Amino acid sequence: MIITKLKDIEEIYEMIKPYSKILVAGCDGCCQPPRSINEAKVLAQMLELKARSEGKELKWKAITVLRQCDDRIAATTLRPFIEEYDAIVSLACGLGVGMLNRIIPTILTFPAQNSMFGGVENNGENYFAEYCETCGDCLLGVTGGICPMAGCAKNLSNGPCGGQVEGKCEVGGYIHDCAWVKMWERLKKFNRLDLFTIYRPPRNYRIWSSPRFLHIYETSSNVEELQKEEKI
Amino acid sequence: MPKRPAYSNLVKTIREGKFVFTGELEPEKDFDLKHVLKSAEAMKKTGKIVAANVTDGPQGDAYTCSMVPCYLVQEKVGLEAIWQMTVRDRNRIALFGDILGGAILGLKNLLALTGDHSALGDHQNARPVYDLDSTQLIELVSKMVDEGTDVEGNEIQGGKPQINVGCAANPNSNPREPEILKVGRKVEVGADFIQTQTSFDIDDAKEFLKELEKYNTPVLLGLFPIKSYGIAAYFDANIPGVSVPKEFLGALKKAEKDNKGNKSAKYAAIDRVNLEFYRPFINEIKKTTKAAGIHCMAVHYERLFDPLLKDF
Repeated sequence: MIITKLKDIEEIYEMIKPYSKILVAGCDGCCQPPRSINEAKVLAQMLELKARSEGKELKWKAITVLRQCDDRIAATTLRPFIEEYDAIVSLACGLGVGMLNRIIPTILTFPAQNSMFGGVENNGENYFAEYCETCGDCLLGVTGGICPMAGCAKNLSNGPCGGQVEGKCEVGGYIHDCAWVKMWERLKKFNRLDLFTIYRPPRNYRIWSSPRFLHIYETSSNVEELQKEEKI
Repeated sequence: MPKRPAYSNLVKTIREGKFVFTGELEPEKDFDLKHVLKSAEAMKKTGKIVAANVTDGPQGDAYTCSMVPCYLVQEKVGLEAIWQMTVRDRNRIALFGDILGGAILGLKNLLALTGDHSALGDHQNARPVYDLDSTQLIELVSKMVDEGTDVEGNEIQGGKPQINVGCAANPNSNPREPEILKVGRKVEVGADFIQTQTSFDIDDAKEFLKELEKYNTPVLLGLFPIKSYGIAAYFDANIPGVSVPKEFLGALKKAEKDNKGNKSAKYAAIDRVNLEFYRPFINEIKKTTKAAGIHCMAVHYERLFDPLLKDF
């Protein structure tokens, strides 16, 4: 899921200040915490109050979209209302905001949120944690399932660094686990320290450079093989 | 990995079997490097210190680059530099370029470090680089020095740079096994020597040195003589994973208290405390371990060098 954080209301208001009719769109996709119809209504009401305090009228409608990052779903949900409004405020992650700006080219869509990271929610814990940086070169198979990109502040391929103390990381005040100590613990448990000990050469950051595109037929790594066999 | 030639005096002296001492110089946010050169001169005068580390933005702070002070220390003072280089601020392209530049200037030792994270320093919103890690930096130096190429195998024109490369190890690490395994990787890709973080515990240090013996690579144990109680107390309270022994702290405090108002007597008392703690420590390390020497991190504490290193 994409972990998001609501922007300050002042910042959102500054973005929509030039407009008097706004459509506030929640997203029922993977955005966490949930930003659906209720959150859209609350945000719209807050913006209306803010406008009123400045002596302005703000007309709004709150709506939610199953997934703002899906062009067909987003377009069919939003297009019937577009003509009545002069701006959209999106409560999706940056993917949704980007998508609405693409499929609805007649008006601008503004972000109500900051997209933080791709993370997980562990029940019973009061935080979301980043587990994957979508680096394009997954190492989880050799690290005991712990990501050195998302889990290590220095993205080390051959950790730990000297900044770990009793298994905690120097970044953030020795609160967070050192991913490399965790890896060592797990690999030791499974008698696979051979994986820990190997030297990992410099990573290929070219595959991690924006903007990234992936053709549908490239979603499997044996593309070249399939092309040779003329299967694609 | 077969040993590469000893390009530096440091590595030459170690290979001759001498017990060596290295010092530490810390350029800060300086346009004027007089204090670095002054400290280097004091080290040179001892006749004991073979080379001095020059730090690269410790604690993640934006400081004067280490390459220039390294060059000046070698050129103006005649003391060999150990060029500390972190992977925090440069990608593989910049690292390669800087190493080649430094080698042209005659730098012979490079200590490959990860570097304290920028989030700890005075530019906390900076984007840290970490394109390579310190092990990969050692491999880069190995490629440059042994094969005469960059990471991608592109040839360096005009010859191979001549540099010996070192790595760091932390005797205070807990758990210790991942640290030891990590040092193994660094040796595997070409580290010529190891310098450790500071150690205050002789038994722990000996155990750590013993564990490193299997890598058959010279180790310089880090020691940190402390010139005031304030620094010691700060170090004890704020450097995680390191505790200054209570007796040492107490003795420093007493030395300052007993000599309040008399600067020279206070200095003499502080020096005595350090000498009483560190001389037996060094002696024990020299006699009972296979350590190649001591990395003495007495930054801005030059007056201690002579009495500390006498007769070693």
